[in-house]
Amino acid sequence: MSPILTLFRIIGAFVIFVIGETGRMGIFLAEVVFLIPFPPYLFGRVIKQINFIGVKTTLVILLTGTFTGMVLALQIYFTLSEFGAESRLGPIVALALIKELGPVICALMVTGRAGSALAAEIGIMRITEQIDALDTMALNPYKYLIIPNLIAGIISLPLLNFIFVFVGVWGGYAVGVGLMGLSSGTYFGSIRDFVDSADILEGLYKSLSFGILITWISCYKGYFTGYGAEGVSKSTTQAVVMSSVTILIWDYFLTSILVA
Amino acid sequence: MIEVINLHKSFNGQEVLRGINLKVNDGQALALIGGSGRGKSVLLKHIIGLLKPDSGKILIDNEDISKLRGRKLKRLKERFGMVFQGGALFDSLTVFENVAFPLREKTRMKASQIRKTVFEDLAEVGLSGAENKYPAEISGGMKKRVALARCLVMNPEIILFDEPTTGLDPLIGKAIHNMIRSCQKSYKFTAIMVTHEIPDIFSMVDRVAMLYNGFILAEGTPEELQNSKDPVIHQFIHGELEGPISIN
Repeated sequence: MSPILTLFRIIGAFVIFVIGETGRMGIFLAEVVFLIPFPPYLFGRVIKQINFIGVKTTLVILLTGTFTGMVLALQIYFTLSEFGAESRLGPIVALALIKELGPVICALMVTGRAGSALAAEIGIMRITEQIDALDTMALNPYKYLIIPNLIAGIISLPLLNFIFVFVGVWGGYAVGVGLMGLSSGTYFGSIRDFVDSADILEGLYKSLSFGILITWISCYKGYFTGYGAEGVSKSTTQAVVMSSVTILIWDYFLTSILVA
Repeated sequence: MIEVINLHKSFNGQEVLRGINLKVNDGQALALIGGSGRGKSVLLKHIIGLLKPDSGKILIDNEDISKLRGRKLKRLKERFGMVFQGGALFDSLTVFENVAFPLREKTRMKASQIRKTVFEDLAEVGLSGAENKYPAEISGGMKKRVALARCLVMNPEIILFDEPTTGLDPLIGKAIHNMIRSCQKSYKFTAIMVTHEIPDIFSMVDRVAMLYNGFILAEGTPEELQNSKDPVIHQFIHGELEGPISIN
C-alpha cells in the first residue's frame, strides 16, 4: 500500500475513533443525567465527593489563586504605569480572574488533583470487579459512582472559583497597594466601577460547565478502563489530558457564545 | 430453574461461546469445569446478566435475563448472588461494612438488626473478630469468605462462584469448598461453581458440566464424568499432558 493511502487510512481510523468515542461519551452522560431524578438519592455520597473534589482542593486553590493574582498585578502594573493608568490595576486583575483565569486555572487544578484520582479509583474498581459486584447486587453503579461525582463537581467548581477569585483579588491588592503604593480606595473603587453581574455570571457559567466536563471525562475514562494496572494508568493519563484540553477548547467556545 | 439455550458470544471477532446449552435445577450444585480462558467466567457473567449474548437465551424460571431491562431485570438480579474470583470486596469499606452494604442499600432493616445479621453471617463463615479489618488487611481465603458472607446476607436463590478457591492453599481451599457446600445445604440456594479443583469438587456437587471449545462437551453426575470414556474429558480430569487437548 502506498504511503499516501496508509496516511489516509490512519487519519480515517483516527476520525472514526474520535466520532465513536464522542458518541459513547455522549450516551454515557445522557444515561447518567437521565438517572439523576430517580431514587435512591445518595446525599451522603454527594457530600463525601464534595469533600473529596472541593474541600480537599481548597488549599491548592488558595495558593494558586493568591499567587496568580499577585503575578497578574505585578505584570499589569508595570505595563499600565507606562501609560499612567495604574488606577485601572484593580478592575483588570479582577476581570481577568473572574472571567478567565479563575474558572480555567481552578478547573485545571481540580483536574490534576481530583480528576486523575477519580479516574484511577473508578478504574481500579472496574478491574477488581467491584463495579460488577454492585451490578450483581442489583444496584446501579452509575447511581453510586458517577452521579455523586457529577453533582459534586457541579457544586464544587463554582465555590472553588469564588475562593480563587477572592484570594486572587487580595493577592493583586497585596502587590498593587502593599508593594507598588496604590491607594486601597483606587484599587477597590475601580473594581466596583468596572465589574458587573454579567462578568460574574460568565465566570459562574464557565466553572459550572467545567465541573461537568471534568467529572464526566474522568468518570468515563475510569468506568471504561482497559485491562490491569496499565489500563488504569492509561485511563488516568487520558482523563487528565482530555479534561485539560477540553477545558481550554470549551472555554474558547463558551466565551465566544457569552461575548456574542 | 436456569436454562441456557444455544448461547453464542464473541469478543473482537473471537468466538468464545459457540452454542452453549445447559440446565441447572433449583437447589442443585453444579460445577463448571474446563481449560483456563475458555469462557467459563464469561458464561457465569451471562447467567447473571452482566454480559449480553450475541445470540441465544438465558432463562431464569422461563424469563430471559438477556432481554429484560429496568425494574424487571433488577428484580431478577435480586435473586442472585455472585462470589467473584478476587472477592470483589469494596476496598474502602471494612469487612463489616462490606457485608452490611447490600442490607443498608437494599433493605429497610434497622442498624441494630443489620449489625446482628452481619455478625451472624460472619460467624457462619468463620470470620468473627475480623469485622473492623479492611480487605487489604486480610488473607485471600478470608476475602473469599467475606465475599460469601456478603452474598449469603441477602439470602439469594442462586449463587454463582467464580473460582472460589483459586490461589488458596489446599487446606483452606477444601475448607471453603466444604463451607460452600454446607451453606448450600442449609440455605438451599442453587449454585454454579467455576472451578479447577479436580477431583475434590466431585464430592461436593450434584452435577458437573465440562466446557470445551465453546461448547458444553459433557454434563452429568460427578461419577458419570469420572467414568467417561471421552478422551478429552479423561485427559482433562486426570491432568494428562498427552491427549486431544492442546496445551497451547
